[in-house]
Amino acid sequence: MTPQLTLGPVLYNWEPETWRDFYFQVADEAPVETVFIGEVICSKRAPLFDSFLEDVVTRLEKGGKRLVFSTLAEVTSNIDRRAMERVAASDEFFIEANDTSALWYLDGRPHAIGPYMNVYNEDSLEFFAGNGARSICLPPEMPASGIAALGKMAGSLGIELEVQVYGRIPLALSARCYHARAHDRTKDSCRFICDRDPDGMVLNTLEGKPFLTINGIQTQSHTCLNLAGELDELAASGVSRFRISPQSTGTMAVIETFHALLNKEITWAEASESIQERGFDAPFSNGFYHQQPGYEWRE
Amino acid sequence: MTQLFKPELVCPAGTPAGLRTAVDAGADTVYCGFQGPTNARNFPGLNLTIAEMAGAVTYAHDHGAKVLAAVNSFPTAGRTEIWKDAIDSAVSIGVDAVIIADIGMAGYMSKTHPDERIHLSVQAGASSPEAVNFYCRKFDIKRVVLPRILTVAEIKKLHDEIECEIEAFVFGNIGMMAEGRCLLTNYVTGQSTNMDGVCSPASHVRYEEDEDNNLKSSLGEFTIDCLSCGEHAGYPTICKGRYNTSHKQEYYAFEEPVSLNLTRLLPDLMRAGVTALKIEGRQRSRAYVKAVVSAFRQAVDEYSEGGEPDISDLLALTEGHRETQGAFRSKAWR
Repeated sequence: MTPQLTLGPVLYNWEPETWRDFYFQVADEAPVETVFIGEVICSKRAPLFDSFLEDVVTRLEKGGKRLVFSTLAEVTSNIDRRAMERVAASDEFFIEANDTSALWYLDGRPHAIGPYMNVYNEDSLEFFAGNGARSICLPPEMPASGIAALGKMAGSLGIELEVQVYGRIPLALSARCYHARAHDRTKDSCRFICDRDPDGMVLNTLEGKPFLTINGIQTQSHTCLNLAGELDELAASGVSRFRISPQSTGTMAVIETFHALLNKEITWAEASESIQERGFDAPFSNGFYHQQPGYEWRE
Repeated sequence: MTQLFKPELVCPAGTPAGLRTAVDAGADTVYCGFQGPTNARNFPGLNLTIAEMAGAVTYAHDHGAKVLAAVNSFPTAGRTEIWKDAIDSAVSIGVDAVIIADIGMAGYMSKTHPDERIHLSVQAGASSPEAVNFYCRKFDIKRVVLPRILTVAEIKKLHDEIECEIEAFVFGNIGMMAEGRCLLTNYVTGQSTNMDGVCSPASHVRYEEDEDNNLKSSLGEFTIDCLSCGEHAGYPTICKGRYNTSHKQEYYAFEEPVSLNLTRLLPDLMRAGVTALKIEGRQRSRAYVKAVVSAFRQAVDEYSEGGEPDISDLLALTEGHRETQGAFRSKAWR
């Protein structure tokens, strides 16, 4: 399978106009083939983008992008359940399932499995393939050895393997909204306070060292994943899709850089330098891939 | 007060002696894991060998109790045989059910041992009727252990919509993150909760005291909390640490160091249709297990007979430590 770049869903609560303009620019300029849209983190946010959804979909399709609609990653309340049903039961879009409840609605229809689903081994890969998955984005903590083992069998099962190569790393989900908590509110009374932080809210240790990032009910890394140096090895392991997770700045430059790297127009060192200069401002990490603490960075 | 359905009391055992203690104290069912990475409490010195598990099953069955084997972590590609062996061993020993989290292992168990009971681990993170029913349909699971993120009202609703039994946590340690979906420990230590069954490993915990007698606790390279004299020093877990953000300082960003105690909600849970009440703590001492199990035995028996038990013993078990009803009481927790 020809390697391709994919653009993961926007995970933060951006201003709806900013969200729309970002996707317009992606549609017009970004050298990615597959674009994921849809609210993954919070069912309360989803309606905020509804008024622009049709325009964004039309523009992306016109730009020749393959569109995938990502579902919520966690479903507890009735609002979550309705949001999940609205997306996963619709046959209008190709769906990326991020919670098992999506599979109930998909019922064998071809779909993608997102990085919030636990696919760690051959038996799971085989199950998801048999259940209609066409591509699987592996959990971000998968080490190289595990990726390679799954890469060996993915092709014969008709599965395209995907790995996130750039952006803050999703680390945990909760029923509680930590953005609301930080502002002495609750999830129900949040008044969308998360819109203040287009790349999430940084948590520092008591000594002031940046540590984690809060994005509503999600906890992310403070570091920014960068697997530019591992791209060749990933491709050789059988990974054919490389996901860039959007940040509020530098994403277009990062896409261009990874595109050039994938086409062997630049070296990984040049790519890393370019991402450093033009990408989002956070220290790089690649520890998970090397079976080290996830925040670590190996040159 | 009318009589209530009497739920099964499911109690932890980290060792063979712990299992006997729990059974003697009145556990209907005991859950335990094999040594190694196949279960979500892979701590040094904890869990049972195959021979010990066999002995445990004999002891429990002789005393009218059941045993559940927890094989509830996620095998990484290339080492699923260890998990499959654990499932096969548990079945051949004659445990009453295997608790499974990984979807691949659920598939293996339902194909290889179709007549055996699968309980879906809390680590599978099935938090909605649709998710639970998907597992029921695909693997014929008989029971789901619910994530600790639902309110009692939501549990009641779920009970009415799913095809299997419900087991709910009522007491013990409570993590803030959705189970089976937390990579925080691996991010900091290189050891994974999902893949290795490890959360905040002791090997990476450090305590340092400064000249003002403040006790700083850290995990790996990161400070998790700093306590002044007299403050209760909790074990440093990332989701119960104190942090700073731009507009708020030294606050528990996720949750305070509390433990779950649903004693007051027991009758509500029993009315909600919960089949089994689960006590956390395979890593706890025998004395603790004995105290908690005996107290819960008495409370559950009296509630189910329509009585109003004296629950002061149970409430006292968390005295000195802060306790919470977590997400169970109301949505305001979120």
